[in-house]
Amino acid sequence: MMEALEHPFAKYLRAAMMPHIWCSGCGNGIILNAFVHALDELRFDLDKLVVVSGIGCIGRTAGYINVDSFHTTHGRPIAFATGVKLAKPDLEVVVISGDGDLFAIGGNHFIHAARRNIGIKVICANNFNYGMTGGQVGPTTPLEALTTTTPYGNIEHPFNLVHLAAASGATYVARWTTLHVRMLTISIKKLLQRKGFSFIEVVSPCPEIYGRRNKMRTGLEMMEWFRKASVIANFSDPSKAEITPERIVVGEFVDVEKPTYEQLLYSKMAQIAKEETE
Amino acid sequence: MAEKKAVLTGVHFMSGDVACAEGALAAGCRFFAGYPITPATEIAEHIAARMPKVGGIYIQMEDEIASIAAVIGASYAGLKAMTATSGPGFSLMQENIGLAAMTEAPCVIVDVMRGGPSTGQPTLPGQQDVMQAKWGSHGDYEIIALAPSSAQEMFDLTVEAFNLAETYRVPTLVMADEVVAHMWERVVIPPAEEIKIVNRKKPNTPPEKYLPFMPDDDLIPPMACFGEGYRFHATGLTHDEHGYPRTQVSEAQTKLVQRLCDKIRKNVDKIVRVEEAMLEDAEVVVVAYGIVARAALSAVRKAREQGIKAGLLRLITLWPFPEKHVAKAAERAKAIIVPEMNCGQMVQEVERAAKTTPTYHVSKLGEEPHTPMEILEAIRRYC
Repeated sequence: MMEALEHPFAKYLRAAMMPHIWCSGCGNGIILNAFVHALDELRFDLDKLVVVSGIGCIGRTAGYINVDSFHTTHGRPIAFATGVKLAKPDLEVVVISGDGDLFAIGGNHFIHAARRNIGIKVICANNFNYGMTGGQVGPTTPLEALTTTTPYGNIEHPFNLVHLAAASGATYVARWTTLHVRMLTISIKKLLQRKGFSFIEVVSPCPEIYGRRNKMRTGLEMMEWFRKASVIANFSDPSKAEITPERIVVGEFVDVEKPTYEQLLYSKMAQIAKEETE
Repeated sequence: MAEKKAVLTGVHFMSGDVACAEGALAAGCRFFAGYPITPATEIAEHIAARMPKVGGIYIQMEDEIASIAAVIGASYAGLKAMTATSGPGFSLMQENIGLAAMTEAPCVIVDVMRGGPSTGQPTLPGQQDVMQAKWGSHGDYEIIALAPSSAQEMFDLTVEAFNLAETYRVPTLVMADEVVAHMWERVVIPPAEEIKIVNRKKPNTPPEKYLPFMPDDDLIPPMACFGEGYRFHATGLTHDEHGYPRTQVSEAQTKLVQRLCDKIRKNVDKIVRVEEAMLEDAEVVVVAYGIVARAALSAVRKAREQGIKAGLLRLITLWPFPEKHVAKAAERAKAIIVPEMNCGQMVQEVERAAKTTPTYHVSKLGEEPHTPMEILEAIRRYC
């Protein structure tokens, strides 16, 4: 008799939450896999990690990872994570959420957390649309793309997320697609070892909801697009890091250090406490 | 017992907003996230100056939605946390007040009420948010709401709000008004050892056996916090005792939502506080709260001088509603008068509890609160 072998990564996941809700061909599993690989390679202390998600398909990630986790209201994971990080700065607080959650309803929280340099880490699955609600236009939907609410083609200019993050003050900014699993894993490892506000955009396939309306019926077809169009341009100008049918600019764009909000806060508090006792 | 360094024991002359801030610090609040808004700004300003001295955190967020979200985050990370706002900010907070109720995050929200709706009258008092306090977020849930009527009570009831929030794992609201917040009065802050402090119930089960939303017999689940090794999940979705989503299971919804309501409803007698004055033989009962109750007390005294058997029932707890106290006062009364700085809100609850006793509303909008003479006039009219 062979003993049932436990998957080496089983300890990172909540078995009771399986099966997951994601469609076949979805990129969210690849992102989760890269995240767990990064944790494993770093031998990360899971008691020191908090994962926070908002609402959307990728928002379920918080429930799947076997660490302290919170699934907030739509758009608010960064604001919630700010409270956690400031209250317990020794915890690593990672927000994993989607483009609609983080950049439409939650856009204000993103730019202000980046500006303050709160030491939280944000991973955004960008699938170009609102997948969970059935494929509506979102803040990253490309021009002319077909969605259920742009049946005649999208006329909104999309956000360039890496440009937005860099302009808002993020200390680490990278973009990969789910095809770039190894680079993504390396980036996540960097993200987890950094102090300041850090951001990774993961361009992720959504064939069931987005792709099939835009001539990419399967996950494979979407990955084919990523393969053909991706250009690695590390530390190139993020304002020129476009995502078009012909060209997806990926790589690391920003990697700088500056004092975090909580470093400044706690040093100020120590100084005040010292003055009080004198 | 309160932490000594945070308690400004002594007799002070301070505004209600400052007393509220001191009450929070005395209660053990060590996290404040807010956004400037008249007439609650002074609470944030005072806490910004005082918080670092007691080792706590103040952050000004980008809006009120972020403020309450950060408060819930800090609460889950183990700190006592608070925000303070006024009507427009209170409206923005409603969705996440529902999240706090659903995830049973102990926290305190102060609403210094001004004239509404919309931007309304930022520098004038109002009592127009008292129904929103109860019903503001979608879905069925219960909260606790208190109504201070003096600077002293801004201190006392803020302490009590934290104790109730920690006891019942529920967002607790301090529904103040502009006059109570901006008025300077004598405030006595007791020695730290005389201030009763309640801290949330912690689990005594090991992490592998901990069910984050499994209640004890009192319907309240013990609360682990992030970073303590429990590795638990919480969600605004309907969830089971594990904290795992159960969005398609009707029993899970019934069990959870009913418990969220019952943990407050079944403890009404323990939670509710009122103040009664001259009620024993009262034929006309004034039911009032907040600053209006002080004018009402004066009016009741003047009515007694004129031989009218008037009495006052002051609601210190607004929610859960002190139904039994109103019903008891109504038994003997010929009339109930409810003066409010709104078009008629708590009067509807009073009327429901008073059953057949005629209940009259005295509305006042757009200026200072009711004068004692205005309430006396109503007493004379309906006695």
